[in-house]
Amino acid sequence: MSGAFRIPSAGRLSQAKTARFSFDGQSYSGIEGDTLASALLANGVHLVGRSFKYHRPRGVLSAGAEEPNALVQIVRDDARKTPNVRATVQELYDGLAANSQNRWPSLSFDVGAVNDIASPMFSAGFYYKTFMWPKAAWKSLYEPKIREAAGLGVSPDRPDPDHYSSRYAHCDVLVLGGGAAGIAAALAAAGTGVRVILADEQAEFGGSLRFESGAKIDGQDGFAWAQAAIARLSAMDNVRVLPRTTAFGYYAQNFVALVERVSDHLKAPGHDLPRERLWQVRAKRVVLASGAIERHMVFANNDRPGIMLAGAARTFLNHYGVAVGRNVGVYTANDSAYAAAIDLKKAGVNVAAIVDLRDNPTGPVIDEARALGIEINFGRAVIRAGGKLRVSSMTVQPKNGGGERTIPVDAILMSAGWTPSVHLFSQSRGKVAFNHETQRFVPGTYAQDCVSVGACNGTDGLSATVDEAYAAGAKAAKDAGAKTAKGTKPKVDASENWSRGMLGAAPGAGPDTTVKAFVDFQNDVTAKDIRQAVHEGMRSIEHVKRFTTNGMATDQGKTSNMHGLAIAAETLGKPIPEVGLTTFRAPYTPVTFGAIVSHARGPLFDPTRKTAIHPWAEAHGAVFEDVGQWKRAWYFPKAGEDMHAAVDRECVAVRNQAGLFDASTLGKIEVVGPDAAKFMELLYTNPWEKLEPGRCRYGIMLREDGFIYDDGVVGRLAPDRFHVTTTTGGAPRVMNHMEDYLQTEFPHLNVWLTSITEQWAVIAVQGPSARKIIEPLVEGIDMSDEALPHMSVREGKICGVPTRLFRMSFTGERGFEVNVPADYGQAVWEALWAEGQKHGAAAYGTEAMHVLRAEKGYIIVGQDTDGTVTPNDAGLDWAVGKKKTDFVGIRGMMRPDLVAKGRKQLVGLKTKDPKVVLEEGAQIVEDPKQAIPMKMIGHVTSSYWSQNCGRSIALALVTGGRDRMGDTLYVPMPNGVIEVEVTGMVFFDETGGRLNG
Amino acid sequence: MLLIRCPYCEEERPELEFRNAGEAHIARSANMAGESDDDFEKFFFIRSNPKGIIYERWRHMHGCARFFNAVRDTVTDKFIMTYKAGEPKPAKLPKDSNEVVAK
Amino acid sequence: MAKAAAKTTATASPSAERRPALAGRSVSATDVKVEVLPPAERISLRAPEASVAALSKALGVTLPKKPKTSTSKAGRTALWLGPDEWLVIDEAGNDPLADCAGVSALHSSVGISHRNIAIAVTGPAAEAAINSGCPQDLSLEAFPVGAASRTILGKAEIVLLRTAEDAFRVECWRSFSDYVFTFLSEGARDAAG
Repeated sequence: MSGAFRIPSAGRLSQAKTARFSFDGQSYSGIEGDTLASALLANGVHLVGRSFKYHRPRGVLSAGAEEPNALVQIVRDDARKTPNVRATVQELYDGLAANSQNRWPSLSFDVGAVNDIASPMFSAGFYYKTFMWPKAAWKSLYEPKIREAAGLGVSPDRPDPDHYSSRYAHCDVLVLGGGAAGIAAALAAAGTGVRVILADEQAEFGGSLRFESGAKIDGQDGFAWAQAAIARLSAMDNVRVLPRTTAFGYYAQNFVALVERVSDHLKAPGHDLPRERLWQVRAKRVVLASGAIERHMVFANNDRPGIMLAGAARTFLNHYGVAVGRNVGVYTANDSAYAAAIDLKKAGVNVAAIVDLRDNPTGPVIDEARALGIEINFGRAVIRAGGKLRVSSMTVQPKNGGGERTIPVDAILMSAGWTPSVHLFSQSRGKVAFNHETQRFVPGTYAQDCVSVGACNGTDGLSATVDEAYAAGAKAAKDAGAKTAKGTKPKVDASENWSRGMLGAAPGAGPDTTVKAFVDFQNDVTAKDIRQAVHEGMRSIEHVKRFTTNGMATDQGKTSNMHGLAIAAETLGKPIPEVGLTTFRAPYTPVTFGAIVSHARGPLFDPTRKTAIHPWAEAHGAVFEDVGQWKRAWYFPKAGEDMHAAVDRECVAVRNQAGLFDASTLGKIEVVGPDAAKFMELLYTNPWEKLEPGRCRYGIMLREDGFIYDDGVVGRLAPDRFHVTTTTGGAPRVMNHMEDYLQTEFPHLNVWLTSITEQWAVIAVQGPSARKIIEPLVEGIDMSDEALPHMSVREGKICGVPTRLFRMSFTGERGFEVNVPADYGQAVWEALWAEGQKHGAAAYGTEAMHVLRAEKGYIIVGQDTDGTVTPNDAGLDWAVGKKKTDFVGIRGMMRPDLVAKGRKQLVGLKTKDPKVVLEEGAQIVEDPKQAIPMKMIGHVTSSYWSQNCGRSIALALVTGGRDRMGDTLYVPMPNGVIEVEVTGMVFFDETGGRLNG
Repeated sequence: MLLIRCPYCEEERPELEFRNAGEAHIARSANMAGESDDDFEKFFFIRSNPKGIIYERWRHMHGCARFFNAVRDTVTDKFIMTYKAGEPKPAKLPKDSNEVVAK
Repeated sequence: MAKAAAKTTATASPSAERRPALAGRSVSATDVKVEVLPPAERISLRAPEASVAALSKALGVTLPKKPKTSTSKAGRTALWLGPDEWLVIDEAGNDPLADCAGVSALHSSVGISHRNIAIAVTGPAAEAAINSGCPQDLSLEAFPVGAASRTILGKAEIVLLRTAEDAFRVECWRSFSDYVFTFLSEGARDAAG
């Protein structure tokens, strides 16, 4: 037996397929196809949670995505503990374990419920008013305590072991919502052959056909028709049917984000299935068929477990075969609740009474209810519910006052009417319009190529809905380019019709009362709170919302917004449209971070770029550092070496023998065309026209503002071909910068740029033995100093493969950079390494590279410059072509502030104590005895221990630095002031003789 | 995510392929070195930042890699039209982007 | 070109072993296979309209002038990437760089055989696998056989070529190949489901 409240003759689930589950440790039995909510109700469990603020006992309100109360924690294992899952959405699987939330020590006895008794303290704006002083206490005391006491579920504390996927999809017609309207629209669109996607948040399509026992389409029961139609659509090649898929965001140009819950309903999902799949759909046309959401009645204690929406009770009965009580009361302001009463009565449930606020309504459902012998009370209100952990009675009074009568019940079904779901329409930037006659907001002005159909468009009745939706689906397809139409419109044989209802507080919860009549269940906002907000000066609905938090919970006020608005309007004495509707924002329902992040985690969080020589470095124990997306070998420690020892050894080896360095990550751009030199003249400060083929030059690139943007060695391979190098991190932006000028400022130049960063692996061989190492492996290149002087380039072969061999140096030693096609990079490196071993060469990493270049005063753009440094500031005036009439930055460089005296200039620093290594970024002052805040005149940009110099070295940007040579300056640090002497930037081999050494 | 019509690829492509490149139709002087401080200031620093129609540069970075110009409404975020780099500011704007797309 | 110096000092010239990135890697899922392709010869070709005929002749394949298209002949494919840009891929072992070297018409031809690697994504679910990270419409109407485009896969740039109704060639830069291959593998796993 799957619960004492299961009615075997009702519902569509197969009684044979039972599923065991637990709630708060207690075991129960349900049926496959149940939601957790229906399974709990089948077992007579109504109390499922405690409310956010007052810790009031709460039960299931709805049967769908709008559920504000029945939030539970689903526990699959230690890492999978999903909080705030709506029990009305979670499908049952065998072994499901759920816990209630926001209660201690237990759901039925919750200490926090003292808040309910003390509730006068906690009225609207309570937090804002109470926790204002002292200010510092907010962060340290109030906020943590409030968060602990309130809050909903508990976050999982382990990494999410599930995986999530994503998919971009394009279609002609996207239909959102799979009730009668959505299905009809999809059928019409699909028949034309265009690409259609139909999505619905439920496991099964049908929408309100799940409970409308009176609907008949094409001679079938409405729900059966829906299943047959979905089967037909699923079988079509041009249609994708997505159940369990919620459209949560509607963005520009019909870009809609949907999340498909792929495996949360499965007992054992397996490793291949993602938990969720994010769909990002671009649709030519969108059909919104999102239906309507039933509103509750706002009366005292309307939140007691057992009180629920009439449509929900009907769904539980007609779809799940569950009676929500044995003796139910009905409280309504429209016809739809009668249908629920009739269905329940027919299923054998006693209907104690229908209480109808309306005076003398007439119609077939009223006649039928009366014929079934149900007591009907017109013009009366339920002014309060009795009971605490479960409703036990309803107290009825004529709506204009008079004698009370208390009727014992174990459930109350209520309906204040239906609110069109205009959320997605509103997200699409459409403007809603208020219909005074029906008292509801419906789609008004459209901002995108979409159309609303059925209940979300304010269309009443199944016949009108299907007509409208089918026509809209056909039109959407036609507008999207469909040529032919095929198919027949579904024929509605029987349907239910209702409309209207009421907004705001019911009698007994009016302005003169202080009862707890809830408007927003999830955030515990009562009718009184809304009125108080207005009384305290809130005028705009946006202010009322923020002051009371009405509609700000995870359900985003799906059931509460209209009631809240009506109460605010009434209190303000203004018509509803003048008070305005709050804006609907994405997401429609909560979305997991997993779905949003999707593939972008672990190795796919960001590309990790590795050079062709990376495997060798890894095998030889390199420690890597991240440089942008690249992994670069930082240093190569030998056994027992720390970083310091390894770097010292590498630096010494390069100066005494030789070193091999993987420079492959340097950006490389091939500049080709008859105007290549002209283009180079415009993009770099240096002159290029006269650079001979086969020679290289160090180039500086500025931005138009005159500041250094990048630098690198450029080789001229031929009159019309340059091999340009850039910094590692600068490669993409330098390419973009060059393309920008070429395409938009100098499009007359016949020259083209190609990134060759990854075509060539680059092996720097530096040191006195460098030539001896390379020479035996090279063919076709004369490596003598005469034939291949410093700053030259040749093409030939090395190890039998093509090379562009640069004679250049970033160490100050005789140096070469061997470029070979990337796939040969490691083999050539290994060959050079083998040769190098004969000469005592070491592999060195980026740290040694940094030290060696600093010993020579070579700058690193982005470390020694920061976007405010001119060539002159960096001591690189010599690299600016004095006779040039134009290059990017030429005018910026002349700006008054850039040529003024007293600019910060790059200089060397030597600490008085040679053993002290300055901290990079440390500030420099003239007088260490001055009062704090001291006047800072510069900062350290690079600082290292130099084993080759036997002392520390540093570069710094110092105001008027070049006029301070030999001066003593001070670097105040937490542990004392460090004395430094201003020096030139070259610390090693000042004459540069070693370049040819 | 917006769809942007690339005038070189002659179709609308997803925004992820594009990169904005600032305001359009700011000409670099042929006599850059001779510009006055005021003119350089206007050229380099001053941008219109309008509420409404803006003329701006985009690059189809991960597509054809071309820079091009676009007219966009900063209030609605709608692209009104796009045209190739070097083409003059359009004398007349179409009513909305659909007109251009339909062309 | 800079002429190689006449005098050579080399005595031996060992041939270096070619080690392509991800060589031989492949992943199969139901309905889709992701497979690293063998090395190919490639050039990035840039040229104004006036040079297209001469270059087409030299290359033996007509350079396409229509956006998002490609042409193919005898193992050589030319992909339109931009109004003056083509990616020429030769899988027949011939060198397009050498073929362009003799063309006097204005152009830029740069060898990028080692810059790119190619991954084949094949099978009925190939389109879905690529759409796991590529925002373009890859339906046959929008991206027919022969369509080619530079675009995005997740956070990496790729060049996409549809080689058959259910087959794509994905080209990316060498150092992005691990990311792209892993992404496509995940996409394939999901597309199969």
